[in-house]
Amino acid sequence: MAPEMTREPASKMTQGRDKKGSTQGKNVANNVALALFWVAAGITVSALAAILLYVIVRGIGVVTPAFIFTWPHGVNAEGGIFPVIISTIYVTGLAMLIATPVAVLAAIYLAEYARQGKIVNVIRFAADSLASVPSIVMGLFGFAFFIETLGLPFSMLAAALSLSLLMLPIIMRTTEEAIRAVPRYIRWGSYGMGATKWQTVSRVVLPAATARIITGLVLAMGRAIGETAVVFYTMGQAINLPITPLDSGRSMPVHLYLLAVEGINMQAAYGTAFLLLVLILIFNVVARYISKRYSRIKE
Amino acid sequence: MTDSVITSNAIKIGHTSYNNPLVQSGEDATFFVRNLDFWYGDFNALTDVSLDIKKKEITAFIGPSGCGKSTLLRCLNRMNDLIAGTKVEGTVLFENANIYGPSVDPVDLRRRVGMIFQQPNPFPQSIYDNVAYGPRLQGVKKKAALDDIVEHALDKANIWKEVKDNLGKNGLALSGGQQQRLCIARVLAVQPEVILMDEPCSAIDPTSVQKIEDLMAEIKDQVTIVIVTHNMQQAARVSDTTSFFLQEVAGEPAILVESGPTSEMFTNPSDRRTEDYITGRFG
Repeated sequence: MAPEMTREPASKMTQGRDKKGSTQGKNVANNVALALFWVAAGITVSALAAILLYVIVRGIGVVTPAFIFTWPHGVNAEGGIFPVIISTIYVTGLAMLIATPVAVLAAIYLAEYARQGKIVNVIRFAADSLASVPSIVMGLFGFAFFIETLGLPFSMLAAALSLSLLMLPIIMRTTEEAIRAVPRYIRWGSYGMGATKWQTVSRVVLPAATARIITGLVLAMGRAIGETAVVFYTMGQAINLPITPLDSGRSMPVHLYLLAVEGINMQAAYGTAFLLLVLILIFNVVARYISKRYSRIKE
Repeated sequence: MTDSVITSNAIKIGHTSYNNPLVQSGEDATFFVRNLDFWYGDFNALTDVSLDIKKKEITAFIGPSGCGKSTLLRCLNRMNDLIAGTKVEGTVLFENANIYGPSVDPVDLRRRVGMIFQQPNPFPQSIYDNVAYGPRLQGVKKKAALDDIVEHALDKANIWKEVKDNLGKNGLALSGGQQQRLCIARVLAVQPEVILMDEPCSAIDPTSVQKIEDLMAEIKDQVTIVIVTHNMQQAARVSDTTSFFLQEVAGEPAILVESGPTSEMFTNPSDRRTEDYITGRFG
């Protein structure tokens, strides 16, 4: 078939447009597939746009400098949410500080040093399972272990430790993938001039993987900052401006949840939701900027 | 004058020893390989290889794909150690020391015996940092000293003029041929005694190939070069000594067919198989 088709003169090919040729069949299939992709992409984008628009429209009017920088009053439903914002940033930052070194070191070990085999696969499977533990279960565990067993108060520390359990597998697996994605021949370049394994890992592999590692950190941070259940169980609900890690507080998702559940002030709930989205957006933009700086290729 | 005459005599005597593995290497041999066998797992890839690699010469390893020439090259700086399940038997002396001896640190060996790969592999860092990588590993910290080393190495690698105004540019932003010369500069910066080149020109543009061949000729009075190449014209152009490898039967180990002065190998090879390969009858 194929050779015959190529021998067909060009004029015949153009004439054949009206006939039911295989080209036409292919075009139909192509158009159908293209339409499906468009619909799928359209659903995804419009879902995102709908959520964002809804929150923005409802929330943006509430967000004033006073809302951001003052304390709540009344039954904590009026006024601003300043301590709530600080608690959120505090606990997320603390959780990052705890989770990142552990997860990155574990990932380096798994990717570079561990003998690939059963044990490493078990560790990976454990990490993946940890990542899929429902957050309410993780919250319960955090409460039972850090607060009941270790005797920590409801605090930034207890919440950050519990959150870091959620972040660990995300950071570990993305870092491991990032390290593995550094081509072998780049490592050879380093070994080939007399670098040790650690020199190669620390000076060539990790810098080359940094951009992707940061992407993993952002993913984990996004997960942590919006986390409600874990924080609910371990940080308390008091409106309090945290100073030490042992202070309690109320994070934005919890505040949002309480406001919405009690239906006291939906306006403030949307305002909080809007600010939460903005906060996540800022983190993402900053992380993208850092990640770009690390992977920059100056023209 | 007298000195150089004696040296050239020594080289001639050295050549005659190639066909006789029992003859001890002369003073001018950097590598002294005897009865080397190499395994990837159960597969015996190379067998009974014996050859000398002469100091401050360019030696070319030629042969069809799968003939073990790259494998042998990687035996010379123990890069094969990085591949799981490999095994070496036989003797490899580098400057009269057994490089597979228990007291040898492969890291130290690789500093003295640098390597260039088929795929240009600059680190995703600036041109400057790429070249300064090795010296920094060795503890050179002063900016002025590093600047000096970087310029010198880039200059030797025939790329200084192209990049001197852009040392902060990422090495990956260079063209393939420039990347390969950058990699050569990176290796030169640690002042190795030997540079092993594993098909360094097979993935780059002809202009850069020319520049690399030029720089090889320029640096060979300071450093011994061993180059694996598929390109026989290249072997004929650049090398002083040529070694021809061949795997005659698939699944059987490859062998070193013969080794000798390049001019002789290309005009009057002593082995029929070498002649067939060089004249393009196979491979």
